[in-house]
Amino acid sequence: MSDPDKPSVSEATAVKAGSSATAAPEAATQRHAAHEPSRIALPGKLYESRKTVHNKRIDGPFRRFKWLVMAVTLTIYYVTPWLRWDRGPYAPNQAVLIDLAHRRFYMFSIEIWPQEFYFVAGLLIMAGIGLFLVTSAVGRAWCGYACPQTVWTDLFQHVDRFIDGDRNARIRLDAAPWRAGKVLRRAFKWTIYLVIGFWTGGAWIMYFADAPTLVHDFWRGEAAPVAYITAAILTLATVTLGGFMREQVCIYMCPWPRIQSAMLDEKSLLVTYKDWRGEPRGSLKKAEREPGKIGDCIDCLQCVAVCPTGIDIREGPQIGCITCALCIDACDKVMAEIGRPRGLIDYATLEDCRAEAAGMPPKPVWKTLLHPRTIAYFLIWGSIGAAMLFALGHRVRTTLTVAPDRNPPFMLMSDGSVRNAYTLRLRNMESRPRKMEIALEGLPGAAMWDESIGRDQAASKQVFEVPADQLLAVRAYVVAPAGTATKEFKFRITSLDEQRESDEARTKFTAPGADAGDN
Amino acid sequence: MANKRIDQPTGTETVGHEWDGIEELDTPLPRWWLWTFYLCIAFALGYSVVYPAWPMLNGGTQGLFGWTSRGQLAKDMSVADQAHTTMREQLARIPIERLADNSALMQQAIAGGRAAFRVNCSQCHGSGAAGSQTLGYPNLNDDDWLWGGDIKTIEVTLTHGIRQHGDDKTRTSAMPPFEGVFNPVQIAALSAHVLSLSGKAKPNPEGAALFAQNCISCHGINGEGGRNVGAPRLSDAIWLYGGTSADVQRQIQRPRMGAMPAWGGRLDPGTIKMLAAYVHSLGGGENFVEIAKDPAVPVHVRP
Repeated sequence: MSDPDKPSVSEATAVKAGSSATAAPEAATQRHAAHEPSRIALPGKLYESRKTVHNKRIDGPFRRFKWLVMAVTLTIYYVTPWLRWDRGPYAPNQAVLIDLAHRRFYMFSIEIWPQEFYFVAGLLIMAGIGLFLVTSAVGRAWCGYACPQTVWTDLFQHVDRFIDGDRNARIRLDAAPWRAGKVLRRAFKWTIYLVIGFWTGGAWIMYFADAPTLVHDFWRGEAAPVAYITAAILTLATVTLGGFMREQVCIYMCPWPRIQSAMLDEKSLLVTYKDWRGEPRGSLKKAEREPGKIGDCIDCLQCVAVCPTGIDIREGPQIGCITCALCIDACDKVMAEIGRPRGLIDYATLEDCRAEAAGMPPKPVWKTLLHPRTIAYFLIWGSIGAAMLFALGHRVRTTLTVAPDRNPPFMLMSDGSVRNAYTLRLRNMESRPRKMEIALEGLPGAAMWDESIGRDQAASKQVFEVPADQLLAVRAYVVAPAGTATKEFKFRITSLDEQRESDEARTKFTAPGADAGDN
Repeated sequence: MANKRIDQPTGTETVGHEWDGIEELDTPLPRWWLWTFYLCIAFALGYSVVYPAWPMLNGGTQGLFGWTSRGQLAKDMSVADQAHTTMREQLARIPIERLADNSALMQQAIAGGRAAFRVNCSQCHGSGAAGSQTLGYPNLNDDDWLWGGDIKTIEVTLTHGIRQHGDDKTRTSAMPPFEGVFNPVQIAALSAHVLSLSGKAKPNPEGAALFAQNCISCHGINGEGGRNVGAPRLSDAIWLYGGTSADVQRQIQRPRMGAMPAWGGRLDPGTIKMLAAYVHSLGGGENFVEIAKDPAVPVHVRP
């Protein structure tokens, strides 16, 4: 802060920034009306026509990080369905499989039944809170790096660059008349779009069926219609959203930027233009002419040229900024070329900016990341995860539910004994067939049988073979000697293997009352 | 809207409303969004032309596709029927006494019978097949059968009915009314003897003598009943028309005898087989003693 002119500017920024995270653009835009998009001349216009984004190639640490995230996320997406996981002869061997037809969800060693869907709900809650955590620690990092819309848009923009050349070439081609060359180029590019889209939609359906079988059936035209329909819809969605809509999705469609705007505060990491350092802008020549009066920003517009959503970061934080940090790479490169320190545009919290403008030393990174809000989110996130892991580890793989017949509630047999009927549901959640013993508890003298066992074999304990990974419904008859009164009793299920898992179901035995004695 | 102004930070015009200092910006839609609206309008117009949509004085427009919800239902029903063809064909081929050999088909038959029972039988026997003691409709869940409880016999009863004129194979019998034949004292004694057969009253020698002279030809010496004439077993705990002394006396004086429609002419044989399987599965079904030995019938026919 050796320059006597600068403190006044930085003070203004600090005050504005302190009031709210979104108040900052005001500070920037009021001063630089000349750099505003020409939105002021709007009256009478129903719509806003789109300004195509032709973002320029850039290289730098953030771009390389983005490449890495892209490679990792796309690899996860495309490779996951092909991973195998041996579950024995009675269950599919696909590591991650959402088996809608059989209502099972497999993920490596975990198998989820429909009634355990709370695990998925828990995962979704964790994903939600995880996003809050990420947002409060590193701002819109999800938008900038990991969001599928960002990753695929990035992929399609690379295709643009590969086919049509860099920014200037693309602008020229866009403006050029539709001659054979342009038609060919566009046809070629859109074909590649379609291939990427199809590859994306095609990979999606692999999560819902055995991948090798599905690929085989798909190409022979033997797969289920829903597979083709889903693949077609997702192909079109990918091409439309990634190939054509791109930043419009972030700016107009996605609710997440709005939610995040509400979650950002002065402690959130944002891609920030340090206007206290950059303003007033001026060329190198101007800076030489008027030493000390001109800021570090030379108005080279490289930050705008590389932006994948086509915004000007110097206007401050805005909904269109996905914090991909490509402008940081661009600006750092220019600063290095003109011999000024890097970081005119940088990841910084508004609080840090204020401190830095006031000449205080920079805060260590861990202090930026660790503040009460991030810690609180992390604790919530972690405890949900721990609770789910605990629940997962303590699942019982053998359960029993009982529904007594209510019509008729009881049946008098010719020898005077009383029969009740129950629907027992024996659930074997292991991937192998198991023998299960059902025993009557608390109903003296009672015997049980079903269609497969026969009344002559009736006994107080019966063994059923429950198929692997299935629920066996048994309509069981329980007969109790004459004179048994209405009472509660229990069915107990025990797996007849080394695990000896057990579960019980309490239910009621209904007998004729005094008024129905001569039924 | 006097308060319209240009909002400085965004450069957008406001709509002129203000609530506690908060103003609404008149941000223009992106063009593609506007086109989406137009496309939706075009779609809605097209939809209302090809599908029934506009109310008219008499009815409404039919739509170019000729779609109706009734037609849709008929189509869905025929699809469902198609799905049952294999099962019905198998059912038609297999004699009912062999049905138990094919447990998958048996389960399907029981499920189909459950549905058919609700439609055709529940009016008298009740939706739970528990019958009605006051009205004298037998309970089909228990192990007491008037005419026999194996699956073949149930099928015969279903096909030909009980006491149906015009069906030569219908199950028929009649208990003579003893009102006027015996005096009230004799009837009371007879009733006491009948109740004593199941231990509900003390032995009555006078009643026993009357029973031996008049009743054993149908009901058996010990009241064990006679299925060839549908004579109820009197020695068990189940009473079709009530088990009090008054109930039994009334039945001796003016016997009530149930009738059941012959379903052979009304339902197709497959449905009757399904009904028989369902009734047999209710918990009291008896084993068929003479399994058909016809070698022409494949036993392990799997769907």
